[in-house]
Amino acid sequence: METMTLAGAINAGLRKAMERDPKVLLMGQDIGSLGGVFRVTDGLLKDFGGDRVMDTPLAESGIIGTAIGMSMRGYRPVCEIQFDGFIFPAFNQITTQLAKMHYRSQGKITLPVVIRVPFAGGIGAVEHHSESPEALFAHTAGLRIVTPATPQDGFLMIQQAISTADPVLFLEPKARYWDKGEVDVEAPFVAEGASAAMSRARIARHGDDVTIVAYGPTVRVALQAAQVCESEGVSAEVIDLRAISPLDTAAVVRSVKKTGRCIVVHEAPTPFGVGAEIAARVSEEAFYVLEAPVARVGAFHTPYPASKLEHDYLPSVDRVLDAVDRVMVH
Amino acid sequence: MDVHGPLSDEGVVRLLTHTGERVEHPAYSRYADELDDATLRLMWREMVIVRAFDREATSLQRQGELGLWVPSLGQEAAQVGSGHALHPGDWVFPSYREHAVAYLRGVDLANLLRIFRGLEHGAWVPDEHNFHLYTLVIGSHTLHATGYAMAMDRDGLVASGDPSRDAGVVCYFGDGATSQGDTNEALIFASVNNAPVVFFCQNNQWAISEPATRQSKVPFAQRADGVGMPNVRVDGNDVIGSYAVTREAMDRARSGGGPSFIEAFTYRMGAHTTSDDPTRYRSKAEEESWAERDPIARLETYLERRGALSADYRAETTEIARTLAADVRVRTKAAGKPPTHEMFDHVFAEPHATVDADRAWFERYERSFLESEGRH
Repeated sequence: METMTLAGAINAGLRKAMERDPKVLLMGQDIGSLGGVFRVTDGLLKDFGGDRVMDTPLAESGIIGTAIGMSMRGYRPVCEIQFDGFIFPAFNQITTQLAKMHYRSQGKITLPVVIRVPFAGGIGAVEHHSESPEALFAHTAGLRIVTPATPQDGFLMIQQAISTADPVLFLEPKARYWDKGEVDVEAPFVAEGASAAMSRARIARHGDDVTIVAYGPTVRVALQAAQVCESEGVSAEVIDLRAISPLDTAAVVRSVKKTGRCIVVHEAPTPFGVGAEIAARVSEEAFYVLEAPVARVGAFHTPYPASKLEHDYLPSVDRVLDAVDRVMVH
Repeated sequence: MDVHGPLSDEGVVRLLTHTGERVEHPAYSRYADELDDATLRLMWREMVIVRAFDREATSLQRQGELGLWVPSLGQEAAQVGSGHALHPGDWVFPSYREHAVAYLRGVDLANLLRIFRGLEHGAWVPDEHNFHLYTLVIGSHTLHATGYAMAMDRDGLVASGDPSRDAGVVCYFGDGATSQGDTNEALIFASVNNAPVVFFCQNNQWAISEPATRQSKVPFAQRADGVGMPNVRVDGNDVIGSYAVTREAMDRARSGGGPSFIEAFTYRMGAHTTSDDPTRYRSKAEEESWAERDPIARLETYLERRGALSADYRAETTEIARTLAADVRVRTKAAGKPPTHEMFDHVFAEPHATVDADRAWFERYERSFLESEGRH
C-alpha cells in the first residue's frame, strides 16, 4: 500500500495502463511538459514521449474528433478536457459521434476512448471551471460515465475505464485531487469484467436508518454528515455510486430496503439530475418500504455562481443533515 | 451572371473542357496522360451506372419505398475522378452523397438504400472497403478522417520506403461543411500533425437553399492557405482534372508530404434531397446552363471524337446499368422491417445494465400480448 493523492493515483493508473498497452495514448491541452493544469499527467511525457503524450491544438471538438479517428485504427486515446465548462465545444462529437458509432455500425466499430474531465467545484475558481455536467451526458446512450471518489478508486478506475471497449466519460472531482488515501498499487489488474467492476456501487459506510447516495466530490460530504448523524443517534449508510451510467440502482434499492429512507447528494443542479433518476427508481422498486419521500440535496437551478458564493450553492454537510432531519421525522 | 468568389471557376485546373476538348496544364497533364482510353471508357461507364442507380433511387423514393434520397446527380466526375486516384489501402471518409465513390470502393449500392429505407444507420462494413459510414452531422467526419490519418502515420503506412504499402485518407465534404468549426479544426489538426489526409471539398454551389456565397467570400481552396496547406481548385465536372489533382494530393499524403485541400467546383444538378424544392431558390436558366456542363456528356463527347466509345460498349453499359437498377429495386422492395430486438443491439460493446433492463422489459411487454391472446 502507498499513500497517494487522488491526482497522483490517477497519474499512477495512467502510467500502468500505458505500460501495459502501447496503444494507449494521451491527448489534451498542456498535458505534456506542463503535466496538465492539475498535474495529473505529470512526468508521462518524459517517460513515454510525444507520440504517446500529445499536446493538441486548443480545440476540444478537434481533440475528441481526432481521438475517434485514431481509435478506429485500434488506438486507445485518453483525452483530457482541461475543465468541465470547456467540454461543450466537444458536445457534438461526444454525443452524436463517439457515443453512437458502435450502434450505427452495428458493432463493427468500437471506440474505446476515455475522456478525463476535472469536474465540480469548491476550489474558488472563475466561471466555467466548477461545473457538474454529468446529467447532460447521462441522457446519451452509448456513453459510460464514472467518477472516482478516493485515490484507490482513481488508480483502479482509470485503468478499468481505459480497458473498456466503450467510450467512457471519466469525471475527476477536482476538489478531491489533493486528498490522500491508501492505494494498493501492486494488486494485479483484472481486465476481464473491468467495465462492470467500475460501475459497481460501493458501500462507503454501513448504516441502518437512512441511505445517503453520493458520488465523486459529495462522497466526502456524505461521510462527514454520517459522522455527525452517528453522534446524534442516527445510523446512516453512505453509498458511493462510482458510475452514473450505468447506474447501480440495485445497490441503492438494496440499501433503501434496509433503511427505508433515501437521500441523494450531488453538486449538479437537482432538476432533471441524477438524484431525480434515483428518486424515480427507488419509488418504482422500493415504494412500499419507504418511510419518507426521497430527498435530493444538490445545487440550484442557477448557473454556477461567483466563487465567493459557491459554498452556499454547493451541498454542504449542513444541507445533508437538514435532509436527514426531514426524512427522519417520518 | 454576376459570379464571384466561390461561385466562379476562377483558377480551376481543367484538362477536359465542357465541350469535350482535352487541354493541357503545365502541372497536371502528366497525371492525365496516365489515363488511357480503356480507363477513360471505364470512368464513363462508372458515371453512367451510378447515375442510373441514382435515378432509380429517386424513383423508389417517389414511389414511397424510401423515406428520403440524396441525389448525386451532376457530381459524378468529381467523385469518379478522385476515386480513381485511390489505392486499395487508402481510406475514404464520405459525407452522405458520395455514391459514386462508394461504388468504386466496392460497396453494394443496394445497401446504401437500406439507410434511406430506415432499415439501419450504417449498411456496410467499413473495413471491407476502406470506406467509412456516411456521416450526416455536417463536417463531423473531417476530424475522424484526420485522426485516422494520424493513426495511419503512426502505424508506419506513410513514406514507409515501399510505395505499394503507403496509404492515406481522403475526406469528402461539401461547400456548406467548410463553415463548420469541426472542418476548420480538422484543417488545423491535420496541418500541425502533417497528417496524410486529402480534404476533398465538392463545391456544388448549394447548401440546400444557400448559395456558396453564404459560406464564403473567397473560393474554398483559399481556406487552406490559412493553415499553410497546399490547395488547388479543379473543375469538378472534369473527370480527368479531378483524377489529376487527387492523384497529386494523395501521392503527397502517402509519401509524407502532409495534407492537401482540393476544391472541386461542380454543380448539384438535382435537389439537395427528395424533400427539397430547388425552384424556390434558383432559376431554371442556371440549371440549364449547368446542364450544358454535364460531366458525363463532356467525357462522352471526348471519347466519341477519339472513336474510343464503340456502340457495343455503350450497349453493354446500358445493360449493366439497367440490370443493376432493376436488382436494386427488387432487393429494396423486398427488405422488410428489421427484428425489433435490433433496436437494443450494439448500444454498448459491453453489457450495460440500463439497456439490458430496457430490453428485458420490452421482451416481457411483447410476450404479454402473446400470453393474453393464448388465454382468449
